[in-house]
Order: sequence, then C-alpha cells, then structure tokens
Amino acid sequence: MHDGARAPSFSMALTGSGGAGVMTAGTMLLEAAAQAGWYGLMVRSSGPQIRGGEAAALLRLAAEPVECLDDRFDMVVAVDWQNLHRFADEIPLDSGSLMIGDPDQGNPPEAFVKRGARLAQVAFKRMAKAIPGSWPNMIVLGLAGTLVGLPVETLKSVVRKSYKKGGEGLAASLAAVDAGAAAAQAVPSVPRLVPARPIGRSRWLLTGNEAAGYGAVRGGVRFVAAYPITPATEILEWLAPALSGIGGTLVQAEDELASINMAIGASFGGVPSLTATAGPGLSLMTEALGLAVAAEVPVVVVDVMRGGPSTGIPAKSEQSDVNLAVNGLHGDAPRLVVAPNSIADCLTATQWAVHLSEALQAPAIVLSDQYLGQTRAVVNRPDEVTLMARRALAPPRTEGYQRYAVTESGVSPAALPGTPGNAYTAEGLEHNERGIPSSQSRDHLAQLAKRDRKLRQHDYGDSWAEIEGEGDTAVVTFGSCTGAAREAIARAAADGSRARLVSVRLLSPAQPERLAKALKGVKRVLVVEQNHGAQFHRYLRADFDLPGEVRSFHRAGPLPIRPDEIYRQIIQWSAA
Amino acid sequence: MTSGIAIAPLAAQAFKSDYKPIWCPGCGDYSVLSSITKAFAMLELRPENIAVVSGIGCSSRIPAYTSCYGFHGVHGRALATGTGLKIARPDLTVLVAGGDGDGYSIGGNHFLHACRRNVDLTYVVMDNHVYGMTKGQPSPTTEPDWDSKLSPGGTGLRTFHPLVIALAAGANFVARASSGDPNDTAQILAEAIRTPGFSFVEILSPCVTFCPEQREWKNQVRPAPVATTDDPVRAARRIMTDDGFNIGVLYKGQRKPYQPSVGKGMKRPAELEAEFLV
Amino acid sequence: MSRKRITRVQKTSGSRTRRAGGRARTTGGANPTDRADFLARAWGMEVEAAERYASFADAMDEHNNHDVAELFRKLARIEQLHADQLLEGPLAGRVPVLPPGGIRWKGGEGPETAEHGELHYRMQPYHALQIALACEKRANKFFATYASTTSDAKLRDAAREMAAEEMEHVHLIEEWLERTPPPEKDWEHDPDPPLVSD
Repeated sequence: MHDGARAPSFSMALTGSGGAGVMTAGTMLLEAAAQAGWYGLMVRSSGPQIRGGEAAALLRLAAEPVECLDDRFDMVVAVDWQNLHRFADEIPLDSGSLMIGDPDQGNPPEAFVKRGARLAQVAFKRMAKAIPGSWPNMIVLGLAGTLVGLPVETLKSVVRKSYKKGGEGLAASLAAVDAGAAAAQAVPSVPRLVPARPIGRSRWLLTGNEAAGYGAVRGGVRFVAAYPITPATEILEWLAPALSGIGGTLVQAEDELASINMAIGASFGGVPSLTATAGPGLSLMTEALGLAVAAEVPVVVVDVMRGGPSTGIPAKSEQSDVNLAVNGLHGDAPRLVVAPNSIADCLTATQWAVHLSEALQAPAIVLSDQYLGQTRAVVNRPDEVTLMARRALAPPRTEGYQRYAVTESGVSPAALPGTPGNAYTAEGLEHNERGIPSSQSRDHLAQLAKRDRKLRQHDYGDSWAEIEGEGDTAVVTFGSCTGAAREAIARAAADGSRARLVSVRLLSPAQPERLAKALKGVKRVLVVEQNHGAQFHRYLRADFDLPGEVRSFHRAGPLPIRPDEIYRQIIQWSAA
Repeated sequence: MTSGIAIAPLAAQAFKSDYKPIWCPGCGDYSVLSSITKAFAMLELRPENIAVVSGIGCSSRIPAYTSCYGFHGVHGRALATGTGLKIARPDLTVLVAGGDGDGYSIGGNHFLHACRRNVDLTYVVMDNHVYGMTKGQPSPTTEPDWDSKLSPGGTGLRTFHPLVIALAAGANFVARASSGDPNDTAQILAEAIRTPGFSFVEILSPCVTFCPEQREWKNQVRPAPVATTDDPVRAARRIMTDDGFNIGVLYKGQRKPYQPSVGKGMKRPAELEAEFLV
Repeated sequence: MSRKRITRVQKTSGSRTRRAGGRARTTGGANPTDRADFLARAWGMEVEAAERYASFADAMDEHNNHDVAELFRKLARIEQLHADQLLEGPLAGRVPVLPPGGIRWKGGEGPETAEHGELHYRMQPYHALQIALACEKRANKFFATYASTTSDAKLRDAAREMAAEEMEHVHLIEEWLERTPPPEKDWEHDPDPPLVSD
C-alpha cells in the first residue's frame, strides 16, 4: 500500500505493560534516528503504577526538526494490549494506520479497532524466547526501526552503547534486534521516512528540563535549592551533579517554602540562584516571591506547568498557571515571566531569565510545562548567547549608600555582604531609599514606581516574542502550543491561507507596543492556549489592545492541542 | 436513630473499599492497610464515623482504599486538616496518614505542633526512608550515605528521629510498629486510637522499588526490650538510644486531650450585639 | 476474564443481627479452649488465607501480571473451598463468630496466610506456588505442634486430622509445582525505570 512511499514525518506508538520495556525501546529508537541524521521527539505516557503499569512511548520522527506530536499515528507496535484503551485518546489512529501486535497477547482494544486501522501480527514473545537472554522490546526496536527506514546497524550501535560492560545480555539483544528487523519483511509496509539530510550542524538530544538546567548554568546560576515535584524534579536532578562539577551547590530543602527562601538567601549573598517546581509549589512560593520583589533580590523559579487546579494531573501538561505567574502575588508586585516556546528554547529562555533577574534585581518565573519539560527531542544546538548574570553593584565605601536609591532606570546599585561601607538590611516592609522601614506615602509611591519602572522601561529587544510570517490573520500563543501553531500555519499557507505567528516569550512585564507593531494590519487574531479558563486571552485583553476580531481557541490538558485543530480554525475563519 | 437491634461488629474487610491499590506489589503499605482496617474492626467502629486524612505520596493514597470518609489533601498539611476536622467534629474518629517525606519534611512544622497541641487523633506515618512517588529522592529519615540523583553520594545529613521529636514536642502516645507484623501493628494502632490525645505511630513500611534492601527490615525489628512507660524522662533516655528497630508503644502519657469545650450559659448569636450598642 | 470476588463469608457473619446461639466462636486468644474454639480457628485460618490470596490477585491484576493473578484467584478459591468443607462438615453449617478484627494469632498472622511483602510485580507462577507451599507447610506444622502439645485428647485428635489435611494440601501444591515451569533466570528484569504519576 505504501510501497516506496516516503513521508516527511512518521509517528509511532510503542506500547506494553508489566516490564515490557517500551520506554527503553522508544528512547533507543529516538537515539538511533538522531544518529542517522533525523530529527524527532518522544513523549511518555503511563498508567498510575510506579512499575509494571501500562506504558506508551509516543514517537515522531522526521527529516526536519519537529516540535509537536502529529495529528495521528502511522503505527502502533504493541508488546501486549493491556489497558491500552486508556491511551486511546492520546494515540489517534485512522484507516491508514497499522497496528502490530503479538497474536499470543490477545486483541487490540475496541477503541483502536473501530478507527479502521489494519492489524498485523508478530509473535514478539515467542521470538524473544527463541533467543535466550533477549527481550521482546528489542524485537520491537528492530522491527519498528526497520519499518521506518532506520539502518539496523544504527539500531545496534545504540544498543551496544547501552550495555557499557558488554556481556551475554548484549549479544542476545543484538540478535533480537536482527530478528525484529527480519520480521519487518513479513509485515505490511508503512511509509518510510524521507532520507535524512546531510548533518550540517551540531545537534542535541535532550529534554526541556535538561535544557532548562543547562540554561540556568549558562546564565550563571551557582546555587539551587531543590524540592522534588512532578514534572520538575529532573531539572533538579540534572543540576545536582552538574553544579557540583562547576563549583556550585544544590541543597535539598524540606519543602517549597524552604527552597524559595534558601534561594533568596543565597541570592542576597550575591550568588545567582534558582529553584524549580510545578503549580502547587509555585503557589507555596508566592509569599517569598513578593519578598524578592520588595527587597529587590534576584531569584529564578522554573514552573513546569501541569494539569491543575490543586494536585490536578501531575504527569500531564497544561498551560494553566498564567494567572498565578503573571498576577499571583499580593500587593503591587511586578515580576518577570518568561515562557520558553520549544524544548531548545527552555535553555535560552531560562538563561535569559537569569540574566534579566540579576540585571533588574527582580524575581523571574520561567513558565515551562510538562510537555516541554519531559519530552525528549533532537534539536539543533541552540546558538550560544552571551547573556550572563550581571548585578549592578555600588563601589565599596559608597558615601551615604542607599540600597534602594530612586534612579532613572529604577535599578539601584546593590551591595553584597562582605563589601565594606555599604551594609544595609534588605527589607520586605516598605522602606525608604536607605532601606529603613517606612509607612510614609512618599516612600511607598516612590518605591512602587521605581520597582515598576525598572521592569517596564527595560529594553527587552527582539527576544520578547517569536514573530513569523505575514497575513491578516494572526495566531497569538505561547509556550508548548507554539510548535503546533507553527505547523498549522505552514499547512494553511500551503492551502493558500497566510497567517502570522506571534509566540510571546516575555509575558511580564507586558509589551503592548511591541505586540501592536507585530499585529499591524491584522484583521483576525486567534489566541491559542491549553487551559480551560482562557487565561492567556484574558491577560492579552487586560494589558493589550488587540486589532480586528479576536477569537480564543483553548482547551485544558491532558491532551495536546494538535496542528490540525489550529489549522482548521485558521482555514474556516479565513474563508468566512 | 437506634433500632434496638444490636449491630454486630464489622470485619476488617468491611473497612476496605473496592478500589484496588496501585502500590507496587510487596510494598509495606498493603500490610499497613490491613492493620488499619483490622484495628478499626477490633475497636468495633463504623466506617461512616471515621475520617482518614492524608497528604501527597504513595502512602497518602490510603484514604480511597478504605470505606471510611477520606480527605486526600495537599502535600504535608494532613495534620492541620485533621486537627481542624477533629476540633469541629469531635464525634468522629480521625486518622491522619502519610509517608515520611510528607510528614517529616514539608509536614515537619505541623508535626511539631500537632504533638504539642494534643488533639485526640492518631497519626500514622508509613516510613520507608524515601520519597517514593517522585522517583526516589532522600527523605529526612534516609540514611546519610544512600545514593540518589538529587543527592549523589548521599545527603551526609543526620537522619530525622521522629520518635524523639514527637516526645520532645509533647506527644502523648509514641509508638513504632513494623509492616512485617500486621497483627502486632493492628494492636498498636487500636491502642493508639483508643488512647485519648495525640497518638503517633511510626510504621516501618519498606519501599521494594527504590529501597529493595528494606525487605530485610522485618528480620531486623525486635519487640522493645522495655515496657511502655508514662515517664517522659525515662522514655526520652530510651528513645535517644533507640536504633530505629524497637517495636512497641514506647511512651504513653496521661495528658488531657485538647478539645475546646462548648461552655455553659451558651449565648444566642443575637445577644452578641449588646457590646456594640451605644 | 472473570473478576468475581471471593464471597466474603466473614462480612456476612459480621452483619447478622440475630443473636448467634450455639455457633462456634473463638476467643481469639493464644490457644483454643475447646473443640468449638479450635474449629472456629481452623475455619478462620482458611478464610483469612482466601482473602489474602484474593488481595494478591488484585495487586497482580493492577500491575498487568495476569497469569499470576489468575493463579492467586485459584488459590483463593481452593482456600475458600477448605473453609466451606469445614463449615459443612464439623461446623454443621453454622458460621463461626470471630472476634472483632479477626483471630489474634500468636506471632503474627494466621499460619496459612501469605505475607504481602513476598510479592513482586514481575513474579512468576512458580513463585506464587512456592508461597502457597510455604503457607500449607506452616499450617501443617501449626496443627502438628498443637497436637503434640495439647493435653486434651479430643483436641489432639482434631488437630491431627487437620494436620493430615494440610499435608495433603502440601502434596497437592508440590505436584502443581512439578507441572509448573521454573522461573527464567531474568524474571525480575524490567528495562524501563520506575515511572511517576503523582
């Protein structure tokens, strides 16, 4: 059916339960694809069990960088079908899709069958049993990799790498990969990926959480306080050995209140500091963030957003902390909010956030999410940017030193403990320019204006948003919806409907003039976001003037917003 | 409304719900669930009169696995929630449950004050020396040399001694149990629930996924070599030299539980206006 | 696959509101005091074992180890059968009354009750049978020990009978084991790391 056909992108799901090892197989497949010169990404989905639960590795491979899952899956390879119906919504299939299952493991779930997908059978378990010491997931690796066009040698080299000590397990696994590759001949063919382009530039294979950790380090962070929470823990786990390797420190705190206050303490001492958390943790941190605003102490919090509210859906993505990040502090408390729009951008955005936080002596929230944080992808190595933490410091023994001096820019030269002559007390109470607590109107107004001005007047440059394309329709979004929006716009353009993309990276302080410029001439604004309350749309309406007609396309997690959904919005609206 | 017919006591199974636990097979918490339901049965309680309050973590999943009323709240605050519930509804039996991460780390402050306040509730901590739900980070009771991603090479920190802290903070009943002996644990829990005031029961409950070596715990525990004491000084001496494997009720005092009483001469709300009248 | 739960005989007995006249009851103390107490204990032992196997089956099903779940359900049915046999036979159809919270076995749980800590989500049928074998052996030992230490002749006879019964069960499980393939070398192997959802 697909003989010889080539596709620019291929999506497959590897599923299984109770020790089937599909996550490992998927990770290896992605790595092999990267080695072969392709791009791709992998999303994990699993049941609530810590071990042995039903699991799905959702992969998309392509010759060009991809940033989101596709609208459908070309193939599902199932070691077994246990509880797979739970993933039915996450693995959309149609009559062009192929399911490959083990005939000894029962039938695919009704939810898949009724989509019209074809079924082929490969006896994974029997084949693995025939190779002593091997496992079904290695058969799957060989089969799936070969079907999509990966050279078996590349698959095997990835397997070899995973067995650092070699041994009999390795030989069996390699034999299993070969067996899987051979079995591919008997299975209906699927479109193979278009050949990989020659690898011109340096590429990375990593998750958004790892990228954020590295971005923090590049930005100059050398102190991290950590409290584990899904889906942010990996940032902290990556930073633990990384920091100690470069002369920094990570401390595990007793809770989020402790971690944010520890980070603020370290920052007061002059060391750029960071912590990472998710919604429930950010909620706890809000009081201390207000303190960082009032006392003008830089600190960065990475919020890896997940399903809310409250405990919500910890392992699934959502963009529902906009309200909290942009408005969630008591009093008038301006702060920086930076939203990475891709996995690679997690690095740049975090680095930028550290730089801004130090330069402007204000807390910064990096608004990432579970999809960006935990998806592993092949990305082009991000360009190095020279943004580093640089805190304005007053010279030692400044005569009549005023820590909170009212300046034109709003930024007051700081003093680090240890500097002779400039001792002061950082103050959460409202204070005068010297930092002495004050309830005077003149001081309150002056300090409020200063803290507001220092963020508002700063020139953030072009980094405030990604602006692409032309047309009188614009899709305005942020974060992980950007990838899907970009693909949707490309498809619409191919169909003759042009649209612009504005993906806002700097949510706070709002940049109304820049957005107005970016949307000049636009008649239709489609705001896209992944939450129930249209939080981003409301934020835009509060602080921006949007031209023409505005529509909001929003849906809460756990399912991602797919390119086709946005594409249809654009097409239908442009036609109307 | 009593019907005059004596209702026979329920068996332990009646206190379990139909919802199947997702704990890893082998987890000590299964045994703790058995012990808790057994204790409820031994005390001839009724599920509708019991509230199980928890925080976040593997152990905190327990309320839904019982047929009692339950509250699955936020991380570390179960004692505060349970305190509020018991004070407002003293007629209920309140059991607060959670793990060592939830209880001793983020919940540490509430732990201190719950011990001090002495509200009549029972606090069960399923201690496995690890943060299980978030994939294996050290908790306050983790050994200093236990290697993990978040603290490579071990935290190097002295472990938290919950029984010492509980006693020092004024807890009226301090006990340790082991999930390896569910019957004994049930007895200890029954006594804890029966004893008025704040009862603290730390239950060693192995995590077979992140700390498989803990399967050995059941062979390392022993009945405490001394009888329960009501002398806090004697208890303090014993607890300070405790190695973490002595099982039993180590301290049981006679503090009167904290329960704000409804006073005599109750006013009607409208009578409160009097103080404002000009 | 059928997920019918084991009939909770204990639950039924607990919720009866009629005064239980003439039914065997056990004080649940360290040693049986009379034949009725003894029988109630023997019955309780089987029922507790059945409930434990049923709960094991649930845990295995939740972790997608259905072969072992099925085996545990079988074992649960067998234990329940033993309990029913005692009920129909020496107990003359009268369900014993157990103390609230169950029998207070000396030194832990009932001799025939398997421990939760013995499970592993990747365990094989062979492992499950090994657990069952250990349970039956313990039950046999319990009755045999009791028979040799009691001074009551009637109780001794009853205990000897029960010990013989349990020995038959031991043989049954041994035969079953012989028909069951031993676990593979790497039965524990799971290439995937633990996954988080909370």
